[in-house]
Amino acid sequence: MNALESLRFFVPEAVLLAGGFLALFLDFFLRNKKWIGGFALAVLVVTACLCVWPDKNSILFSGFFALDRFTYFFRFLALSVVAVTILLSLASPETSGKNEGEYYVLFLFMAFALILAAAAVNLLAIYMAIEFVSILSYLLTGFVKKNPEAKEAAVKYLLFGSVCSGIMLFGMSLLYGASGSLDIAAIGARLGSPAWTGLALTGLLLMLAGIGFKISMAPFHLWAPDVYQAAPTPVTAFLTVAPKAVGFAVLIRLLSASFPALAWKWQAVIMGLSMLTMTVGNLTAISQVNIKRFLAYSSIAQAGYILMGVTVLNVTGLSAVLIYFAVYAFTNLGAFTVVSMVSNQCGNDDLSSYAGLARRSPVPAACMTVFLLSLAGLPPLAGFVGKLFVFSAAIEAHYVLLATVAALNSAAAAYYYFKIVRLMYLTGPIEKTPVASPWPIRLALAFTLAGTLGLGLFPAPLIGFVRLVLGQ
Amino acid sequence: MSSHILSWITFTPLIGAFLVLLIPKSYKAYVKWVATLTTVITGLFTLKALTLFSLATSKLQMVEKVAWIPQFNVQYFLGTDGVSFPMVFLTALICIVACLASFGIREREKEYYFLYLLLETGMMGSFLALDLVLFYVFWEIVLVPMYFLIGIWGGPRKEYAAIKFFLYTLAGSLFMLLGILALYFGSAQHTFDWLALTQTKFDPALQRIVFLAFFAGFAIKVPAFPFHTWLPDAHVEAPTPISVILAAVLLKMGTYGFLRFSYPILPSAAVWFQPAMAVIALIGIIYGGFVSFAQTDFKKMVAYSSVSHMGFVLLGLAALTGNGFSGAMLQMFSHGIITGGLFLLVGVVYDRAHTRDMGAFGGLGAQMPLYAGLLTFFSLASLGLPGLSGFVSEFLVLLGTYITSKTWAALALIGVILAAAYLLTMIRKVLLGPANPKWNGIAEINLREILTLVPLALLILAVGIYPKIVLDYMTPAVQSMAALFGGTPS
Repeated sequence: MNALESLRFFVPEAVLLAGGFLALFLDFFLRNKKWIGGFALAVLVVTACLCVWPDKNSILFSGFFALDRFTYFFRFLALSVVAVTILLSLASPETSGKNEGEYYVLFLFMAFALILAAAAVNLLAIYMAIEFVSILSYLLTGFVKKNPEAKEAAVKYLLFGSVCSGIMLFGMSLLYGASGSLDIAAIGARLGSPAWTGLALTGLLLMLAGIGFKISMAPFHLWAPDVYQAAPTPVTAFLTVAPKAVGFAVLIRLLSASFPALAWKWQAVIMGLSMLTMTVGNLTAISQVNIKRFLAYSSIAQAGYILMGVTVLNVTGLSAVLIYFAVYAFTNLGAFTVVSMVSNQCGNDDLSSYAGLARRSPVPAACMTVFLLSLAGLPPLAGFVGKLFVFSAAIEAHYVLLATVAALNSAAAAYYYFKIVRLMYLTGPIEKTPVASPWPIRLALAFTLAGTLGLGLFPAPLIGFVRLVLGQ
Repeated sequence: MSSHILSWITFTPLIGAFLVLLIPKSYKAYVKWVATLTTVITGLFTLKALTLFSLATSKLQMVEKVAWIPQFNVQYFLGTDGVSFPMVFLTALICIVACLASFGIREREKEYYFLYLLLETGMMGSFLALDLVLFYVFWEIVLVPMYFLIGIWGGPRKEYAAIKFFLYTLAGSLFMLLGILALYFGSAQHTFDWLALTQTKFDPALQRIVFLAFFAGFAIKVPAFPFHTWLPDAHVEAPTPISVILAAVLLKMGTYGFLRFSYPILPSAAVWFQPAMAVIALIGIIYGGFVSFAQTDFKKMVAYSSVSHMGFVLLGLAALTGNGFSGAMLQMFSHGIITGGLFLLVGVVYDRAHTRDMGAFGGLGAQMPLYAGLLTFFSLASLGLPGLSGFVSEFLVLLGTYITSKTWAALALIGVILAAAYLLTMIRKVLLGPANPKWNGIAEINLREILTLVPLALLILAVGIYPKIVLDYMTPAVQSMAALFGGTPS
């Protein structure tokens, strides 16, 4: 489909883009910048309403983007994550100020970039979309100009990200040079023969550096803790979910379209990286004293579990990845909503701020417990459904070692999640005043809590939807 | 209502738990009554189920089955039979008793009773669920309230004990989850349905692996040697009513898991692991007995005696005979009521003296004659005095084991002798001997405490004199189990 014909299918994205520019324009006239946040939310809702279920898969813009059910799934994921982030930002003093308007504009563009990245089926499009997401992430990390740590983190993020994209670009050039095509399916068709195995594998591994950076896979995770700690809390919440989701989307598209013939080679690599990622994440999380850093390592470990599903990459594995992402998005954003409440009040992110939270604000503490238990994968919460699926993917494929390592990791992870629970319930409060809960926070909390409990108790609709997305 | 009786039994406590949360602060005094009423209503539902229970069949009864996650073949599948029903009854009874024993809790009552009732739902669900995923869900639901109940209301080392209990059990149960998934993918029809899985013949190699995975989950819960180290910590630090529940119900979840899942679904592995199970059981019986003997802390002694007594359950299982299975099931029941009672009695004296050091007591028999009588009764039941329930169950286990191996039976007897040794020593130290003037004027056991102990004592006596009142429920299930291993139905 050429560009003009494609535009018809591109309406939601066009609305997002137009909304972004309009918000930029509004920024000149509106004094109360919160209205721009509200406008951004409205744009996201309108966009979500415009997304229609694709009856058939179509390739848009002469082979750059695929509009398929997979894209449809990630559209909703990206829009919801950005919406919750904006809700958190509306109540956050960190992001308030005279630049606040631009901040919401950046998020609208971000939503646009995320959808593009999930839809990209062409090496060039993949590269551009990932870079688009990355550059916006750098900007958002350093958005609070007065905070030197945030600036340092942003620069670190930029340097690390640039190196990784450079390596990825090199990998892409190898693949392009060997196959003569940028289309990932065509690459798969041309590099399928055994003669190209070495080169294809090199290209893939180099590309893994760039994608691994996005999904904070060990050993490319080193930027994550610093960035997550220093970025404004809503941005951290966003970074732990959305860029990872599209990173996984790209990885899945790439592995299943370009390298199915090499599965027996890369499966071992991804499996090893999965075990490494979860172990590094969990072991490092144990000793953290800053909640954002703590959740950063936890999210690295979670990426490790999701990689289990990528390793298998059959129907169970793919459903595992998508289901895990849906439940993880709710749970992690929920946890960050509570983090946001506490740090808005205490002005810091030390774990000690959580001491006795159950006494001064029982509801947020109970919600936080639910989110942490869900992250630990305990039933009947959403996280359990995700765990159940990644474990079944591993067991079905007879990867006993992977399953065992993951089980041990889950037990270790429960230890540090319970550290927070212990602080909230088993120790006395240092501060007495309850944390404030303005309406955007309450809305975000209700939304994420409903998702965490609802998907845990009644996962059937989500699983059915994911199966439909995967064409089963 | 009788059509969904098992759901009512399982979820009435949950409804009660949310009612407790809704009680406003100014009506705080009613919290414990709402909770007690909930446990009593659950008990009434259990009695109703008792009348519906048919003794004639080994089939599942009062079955409820609805698809829960159809894409994964997970069902909401509840049902009961002779293996689970005595446990449900035990749970209902112990929950009422322990709720009455909780009246001494004054701090954060609302949270306490909320978690307490949530725990009851988890335990009931674990005993009634017959879909493996559903079972796992309830099994894990038990962990979380238990963590808080030990961690918030426990003794000086409560936090350590709580997290140790939690991590141990969680690690075990994650392996169990892997085992469950292996069964799912190993069965031709891809199912978690207990009934379908028992009718599936699994490959012996797969059976052994899954048996080991299940073992990790269940043996930690029992706890079997060498996974018992969480138990003394948890028992000692937990508040009295929670120790009672731990000993009376939670430990049974482990042996119930073996009886319900490992043995019927994986019979060839059960035969293959028979010697290993027997060795673990015997180590538990003897080692637990010796360690109990060495304790100076009253509560720790009772805690370790559980290791020894639960060893008998495992031995009864390892025997793979009809009598062995009957003995194991009856021992689960009678250990529940006896040790539950002993923990209550420890709590009674601890509330007054604020020490559990047995050496610090002496001559309490003269100060608290009623208490002394009850303590002696429960101790004698625990050491297996004929005429009380502990004797019948241990005797059946030994009888069942004797057929399989005379050596095992002989070794297990050491445990019986040790039980007499440590329990009588305890009685000598606490009740007899020269009166310690420090305890002059110590208050006698009060009416509420007696009320918690009397039902247990009556049951111990009834089962001891006429064990058929419980055994009749178990017999059909035992016969079908024994038939699985070619044993003679007893």
